[in-house]
Amino acid sequence: MNVINFVNAFFSDSAHWHGYDGIPTRVWEHVQYSLEALALAAVIGLPIGLVTGHYGRGGNVLSLVATAGRALPTFGLLVVTTIVLGFGMLPVMIPLVVLAVPPILVTTYEAVRSVDPSPVDAARGMGMGESGILLRVELPVALPLIFGGLRSAAIQIVSTATIAAYVSLGGLGRYIVDGLYQHDYEKVVGGATLVAGMALATLAVFWAAAKVTVSPGVRRSN
Amino acid sequence: MNRFFDIPSDLQHDWFGLIGLHLREALLPVLGGLLLALPLAQLCVRLRWLYPPVLWVTTVLYAIPSLAFFVVLIDYTGQTELTVMIPLTIYSLVVLVPAIVDGVRSVPQETLAAATAMGFGPVRRYVQVQLPIAVPAIIAGLRVATVSSISLVSVGMLIGNQGALGNLLHDAQIYNRPELAWNSVITSAVLAVLADALLVVLRILLTPWMPSGVRGAKTKPAGVRPDPAVPALEDAAR
Repeated sequence: MNVINFVNAFFSDSAHWHGYDGIPTRVWEHVQYSLEALALAAVIGLPIGLVTGHYGRGGNVLSLVATAGRALPTFGLLVVTTIVLGFGMLPVMIPLVVLAVPPILVTTYEAVRSVDPSPVDAARGMGMGESGILLRVELPVALPLIFGGLRSAAIQIVSTATIAAYVSLGGLGRYIVDGLYQHDYEKVVGGATLVAGMALATLAVFWAAAKVTVSPGVRRSN
Repeated sequence: MNRFFDIPSDLQHDWFGLIGLHLREALLPVLGGLLLALPLAQLCVRLRWLYPPVLWVTTVLYAIPSLAFFVVLIDYTGQTELTVMIPLTIYSLVVLVPAIVDGVRSVPQETLAAATAMGFGPVRRYVQVQLPIAVPAIIAGLRVATVSSISLVSVGMLIGNQGALGNLLHDAQIYNRPELAWNSVITSAVLAVLADALLVVLRILLTPWMPSGVRGAKTKPAGVRPDPAVPALEDAAR
C-alpha cells in the first residue's frame, strides 16, 4: 500500500531527525503552539462557562456565540488576521483560539448546569457561599464533562495548528505545506501521521489527567 | 462596496456562483456522511461490542488535518471537488455516528416495549419509533457537521483552487485586495449560520411534540446536548 510505504520512507530517513527541520524540533513547535492556544481558550472559556452554568442563565447567548465561533472558517480567518496584523504568532493564535473556545464554553456551561440540584441545595442549606458551591460542589461533579470539552478543543487545535505553516511559521504543518509545494508526498504523509499521533497522545494525556483529578465517587456514578 | 463583490475572473464564477459551489462542496459530504452513518449507527446499537472500536477508528480519522487528507487524496482523485468532499464526508460521519447512537439509545425501554406490544416489527419500530425520538440528537449532530463542513471547504484552496469561497483568499493575496479575504470569511460564516438556523427550523418541524424554542430546553430533552462529538470522545477515551 502506497501510504504505508510513504510513512516508512519518511520515518526511516535519518535526515528527518536532525536540525531545524527535524522531527523533534517540529514536534516541539507544534506542542508549544497547541498548548498556548489551549491555555488561552481555557482562560476565556472556562470562567464564563462555569459562572453562566452556575446561574443557569445566558444559554441562548452562549449557543449563539458558539455557533458564530464555529461558523468562522479557521483558515480564512488566518488569512484575514495575517493581512491585518502581518506575519507573527498573534495572527495564528487568534483563529486557533476562536476554534477552541466554543466547545470549552458550551460543554462547561452544560456540565455545570446539569449537576444534580440536590447536593447543591444541601450545600446552600449548610451555609456555603455561591463561589464555594461552584468550586467545591459543582466543579468536581462536572469535571468529567468539562474535561471532555477541553479534550475536544485540544484535538481540534492539534490538527488545525498545521495551518501555522501556511504563514511560514513552524510546527508539523511545515511537512504538509512544504511537501505539497515540493510534490513530496512522503513528507505530507509523514507529517499527517505525526499530527494524528499527537492527537492520540492528547487523548491519552486527558485520560490520565481525568484519572488523577476526578474524585472516585464522581467517577463511579458516571 | 462594489469592489467587495468584484470577483476576479480567474475564479470563473461570480459571487453567487461561488456560494453555490461552496454549498455543494460542503453539504453533499454531510448528506453522504448521514447516509453512511445511519446504517453504521444502527449496527453499533445492535452490536454493542462494535461501538468502541468504531469510535476509536473515527477519532483517529478526525485527528488527521484536512490539508493532509486533501494532499494525500490528490494522488488518487486529482485536483477535483471529490478530493475536498471525501475528507469532509469522513468528518461528518465521525460527528454523526455518536450523535445517532446516543439518540437511538436514549429511547426509553418502556416506549420500545409498548411498540413491540402493539405488534411493531423491528424495522417498523426503528423507523417509526426510534428514529423520530432520536431526531433532536441527530439534528444536533447535523448542525455541528454542517457548520464545520462549510468552514472547512476553504482549505481546498490550497490544493489548486478547489476551495470555492476559499479561493477568494488566494486572490486576495495575489491581487493584494484584502476585501476579497473579508468577503470570503464573512460570506462563509453567514452561510454556516443560515444553514444552522435552517436545521433548527427543521428540528422544530420534525418534532411537533417538543416545546419549540430554546426556552423549552430547560426541561432538558435528550437532544439539547450541545456537542455530540464530546460524549463520543468521552466514550472513546475509556
